[in-house]
Amino acid sequence: MHHISVTVDGTRYEADVEPRTLLVHWLREGLGKVGTVVGCDTSNCGACTVLLDGSSVKSCSVLAVQADGSEITTIQGLSAGDDWHPVQAAFKECHGLQCGYCTPGMVMSAVDLLAENPNPTEDEIRDGLHGNLCRCTGYHNIVKSVQYAADLMGGTK
Amino acid sequence: MTEMLESTKAIGRPLRRKEDAKLLHGRTNWTDNIQLPGTLHMALVRSPMAHARITKVDLSGALARPNVVAAYDAASLGDLNSGVPCVWPVTDDTVMPPFPALTGDKVRQVGDVVALVLATDAASAEDAISFVDVEYEPLPAVVNMVDAISPGSELVHDMAANNTSYVYNLGGGYADEVAKHPDAVIVKRRFVNQRLIPAFMEPRAVIAAPMGMSDEITIWTSTQIPHVLRVLLTLVTGIPEQNLRVVAPDVGGGFGGKLQCYREEILVIQLAKKLGRPVKWTETRSEDMVATHHGRDQIQDIELACTPDGKMIGLKVDLLANMGAYLQIITPGIPLLGMFMYPAIYKMGAYQFQCTGVFTNTTPTDAYRGAGRPEATFAIERIVDEMAAELGMEPMEFRTKNWIQHHEFPYTTVAGLTYDTGNYEAATAKAMDMFGYKALRAEQEARRASGDPIQLGIGISTFTEMCGLAPSRTLGALKYAAGGWEHCTIRLLPTGKVELVTGTSPHGQGHETAWSQIAGDILGIPVEDIDVIHSDTGRSPYGMDTYGSRSLAVGGQAIKKAADRVIENARPIAAHQLECAADDLEFANGAFTVKGDPEKTVTLGALAWAAFSAHNLPDGVEPMISGEATVDPEDFSYPHGTHLAAMEVDTETGKVRLRKYVCVDDVGNQINPMIVEGQVHGGLAQGIGQALYEGAEYDSDGNLLTASLADYLIPSAADLPSFETGTTVTPSTTHSLGTKGVGEAGAIASTPAIINGIVDALRPMGVTDVLMPASPQNVWRAIQAAKGAQA
Repeated sequence: MHHISVTVDGTRYEADVEPRTLLVHWLREGLGKVGTVVGCDTSNCGACTVLLDGSSVKSCSVLAVQADGSEITTIQGLSAGDDWHPVQAAFKECHGLQCGYCTPGMVMSAVDLLAENPNPTEDEIRDGLHGNLCRCTGYHNIVKSVQYAADLMGGTK
Repeated sequence: MTEMLESTKAIGRPLRRKEDAKLLHGRTNWTDNIQLPGTLHMALVRSPMAHARITKVDLSGALARPNVVAAYDAASLGDLNSGVPCVWPVTDDTVMPPFPALTGDKVRQVGDVVALVLATDAASAEDAISFVDVEYEPLPAVVNMVDAISPGSELVHDMAANNTSYVYNLGGGYADEVAKHPDAVIVKRRFVNQRLIPAFMEPRAVIAAPMGMSDEITIWTSTQIPHVLRVLLTLVTGIPEQNLRVVAPDVGGGFGGKLQCYREEILVIQLAKKLGRPVKWTETRSEDMVATHHGRDQIQDIELACTPDGKMIGLKVDLLANMGAYLQIITPGIPLLGMFMYPAIYKMGAYQFQCTGVFTNTTPTDAYRGAGRPEATFAIERIVDEMAAELGMEPMEFRTKNWIQHHEFPYTTVAGLTYDTGNYEAATAKAMDMFGYKALRAEQEARRASGDPIQLGIGISTFTEMCGLAPSRTLGALKYAAGGWEHCTIRLLPTGKVELVTGTSPHGQGHETAWSQIAGDILGIPVEDIDVIHSDTGRSPYGMDTYGSRSLAVGGQAIKKAADRVIENARPIAAHQLECAADDLEFANGAFTVKGDPEKTVTLGALAWAAFSAHNLPDGVEPMISGEATVDPEDFSYPHGTHLAAMEVDTETGKVRLRKYVCVDDVGNQINPMIVEGQVHGGLAQGIGQALYEGAEYDSDGNLLTASLADYLIPSAADLPSFETGTTVTPSTTHSLGTKGVGEAGAIASTPAIINGIVDALRPMGVTDVLMPASPQNVWRAIQAAKGAQA
């Protein structure tokens, strides 16, 4: 077992974890952060995407021990309580989700994408989200959601 | 009613969804989230071989592992090793081999389950399965359908001669009809509608716990069909129905893949009952790819006869439909859901259909978005283009000449269905206008003339489908075991809020929002004051669930009828309160008012409290205001539309680009156009996925080569364009809200549009078909084959 200290959604957690434990499993089973989900076992789907020190990572591709000392933001920590982060608000406004299973990862990837590029073109959005699979929406409204979020966050394009 | 609908106007508005707040904040209840004290985690020993005799199963190694509580094979599970059910034997002599939850004699597909291990945590269970010692004696694998039905083939099941489950026939008289036209032009094709994997984003999970009231067992499972599943689990396990509660918590997509009674659900509930503690199983994605049923997989021999001037004479269809290794819930019936749709929107004199259900050593097939109708639509829309080319006619003109015209509805097709309404002319005109059809045809001509290596093709799909499953008598005539009705109960709560209990079971479709819109308009109650209860047989005991674009088409009618009954049941209480005759009351905007005396009025909310307190009710009136309705639909629902794809094809590399996609769908009246559009988008992505990217591939030993999301390519955002969608509105006359189904439309219509576009681009080079998925390799091969044929 290895001792880790990780801040998740603003709370610092101390834990002993097996070296093989994936970050996503520790978040879900260790901390009960079940808003973040697992959709595959080959790092293709992106449903488990979280922010690690501000950058998006697939939390199935990070060991919990690798997150030691870092700060994690999950979908559950993106906004406080009933508040809405602009990306969350945009996904609702533009019907950017149906079943909602890819949504936690898709939203976190979109947050990272907009942080790096506040005014993305449609092609840049599609390219930026190509590591997050959705089976419900055909991506049409996800793209619109990200464009709308860019507007809400002060983008101009 | 009309006035009221116009005044409140929830119906028809793109209301944002009630569901989204929790989904966007991660406050979700996926089945795998559920953790109960004392849970045992199940892991399954799956066969690595497609076909083999099991000669030894030794569980002792696994039982010796840490945290392992129990392990079973077929023999040691004994009477609890229930069979997995099939409820649709399509003929009297359909061969239905046993499908035990744990297989004991032979494995018949990669992923077949030989043994299971239960441990106190999931990792220990997973670790332990590699210590189960199984020995196999390999047998030749039957993978290809054509080989499977050839004399002397290895048999998947000894009881199924020629690996045939059934042969189904419909219609006839094709040869006689063609014989009446000595100058008939005949086009024959063999199309391959490849095998697909549903690949919903939430892997399946199930947890059962023997807790609740006395003998009650609750099972939470990621399913589309909690109500149907409850009946099936009762029938296969013997657990009395009243003791079984099935809950579908938040469900992350289904697309038909969760329309099933899976062996894992049976095992989990049997083990929870036997051991008296919760048992849980969550699949990995790699497990899902072999263990969740697949879709499509047909070889289609199709023949269309026309007069030389382009009038359709008749159609003959001969299918081989891959059942896979076993029959699951409605495996044999899937091709029959397409059987009625081959004649599609066209008028003709004869139709002859035959389907042979074939066993192979592959994952069972069953429903996947559209279920039979995408296969039919692909074949007819492809051969219509081929016939147009043969006749030298413009493909849209050829369609126009043969389709049912809007003034001919209701129209009984040669397959025996009666389409209530439709307007193919209107949808097509709108779609062609949005598409810029003429300009794109001109560009196509210019590229052809200049010998541009990038050729342009225009793909057409003018489709209809039968959905809204389904009139129960029709299902009975087709030998399906259950009915097709839907239920709704609406209760006024004491504070004037409303509980709407539906038998539909959403998994992304937005029922909580749309059902509130319907009931809200009829009852004159704000949408936010209505709570939709679903997907839990403890709170919603009656229902037939969600599949086949039925939830609005059938369930919506139950909501309307239940809401109308609420008003009628409230009326005597209102009359008593307002001291008038019940007939003197009119109901509008949530209140009863005495005709001619607008001051004398009482709201439904006030009546709800009056019923609850029951201090002043008329004699004989019970203290409850509710409405209950179970509606069997009068007919199927027949949405239609015109889909157009502009395909750019690199003739040197075979790479294709979907440049523009336009569709105009007619789904009748729309409750929430935002949700309708979203359903179309998602269907398009799956249909385009079939055309361009997806295909489950097996090697000759029966190994699934596309066994992960790294190998099975579902489209990403970068693989698709934005879509241009439109609608026309031709209300259904057989459905009380005038609505039609929409869930499958996009998936049904889009696949042939894409392939027709690619073939249209390459037709001058002699290409007449492209195998799906139309990868650069498959397109390049089609081009080379055509060049070879012309050389």
